Amino acid sequence: MFGEVELTTTYYLVLSALLFAIGATGLLVRRNPLVMFMCVELMLNAVNVSFVAFGTDLNDVGGQMAVFFVLVVAAVEVVVGLAIVVAINRRRRYATADDVATLRG
Amino acid sequence: MAELVTFAVAAVLISVGGLGVIAARNPVHSALFLIQTLIGVAVLFVVQEAHFLAAVQVVVYAGAIVILFLFVIMLLGVDKAEDLGIEPIAGQKPLAAIVGAALAAAGIVTVVAAVDGATGVAAAPGIGENALDNRYTDIERIGRVLFTDYLLAFQITAVLLTIAVIGAVVLTRTVRADDLLDDLDPVTMDLASLAPAGANDGDHQALADETDHGEVV
Repeated sequence: MFGEVELTTTYYLVLSALLFAIGATGLLVRRNPLVMFMCVELMLNAVNVSFVAFGTDLNDVGGQMAVFFVLVVAAVEVVVGLAIVVAINRRRRYATADDVATLRG
Repeated sequence: MAELVTFAVAAVLISVGGLGVIAARNPVHSALFLIQTLIGVAVLFVVQEAHFLAAVQVVVYAGAIVILFLFVIMLLGVDKAEDLGIEPIAGQKPLAAIVGAALAAAGIVTVVAAVDGATGVAAAPGIGENALDNRYTDIERIGRVLFTDYLLAFQITAVLLTIAVIGAVVLTRTVRADDLLDDLDPVTMDLASLAPAGANDGDHQALADETDHGEVV
């Protein structure tokens, strides 16, 4: 019965949509800034899965190149984001993103 | 068939890992679940014969980025369980769940209902250097395209990384009063550089005391 089922691009895209939604939900639900960053990583990875699946489907290496650059930007984002978290924590102890409302207008 | 089984295993890894990240009360557990998801994505890359990306995924993401997360968690000592029951905004969590479910539903319906397959293009022939079925191996192909078509983007990446390094150093640097005095212009006694916003408040007072002393002498 399952012998005829073939692995198509659609499978990857469905998984990608699911992972992206999980990441977005986590970003809204969690209050620890570090965990929120991890949720952003989840969303970036969901998009990476899509990129590679589309690249394979279109027989073009462009999808993999996009993932390459997403990886670099993700690393940069984590470095600067964590530096901000450390800098804020040095001034004042805080546990959640709600505690950092000093810049609120 | 083997591909499908591999995909199914990786999909379970990814989904469980993703849910673990958002459900784990301890940030360290979230980081470990994140590694599980990243490894699952690397497996999917291998299934699609993107071997270079699979290796980079494990080395850079699971190796470097998650370790950076763990470093910061340990450094700040925030590895305590978070009470997930607190809601600063009333009704935020149910609303977030609804938004997430809607997002997943929209994405899945869009993909599944797509006409003519996922991209609307029937098995593209692939052109020259960029085709995935040319005579090069995966890494050769990426290298050739990276240093021709994507050369400008690659060089901008270098600038971006430099900016990130400088930004991280500036953000986390602590400035001591002694260091600031070294920056004083010997002629005008003006501060050559200002303390960044992250410097300790006490340092400014210490600096003021020391410069007053210097002027008296």
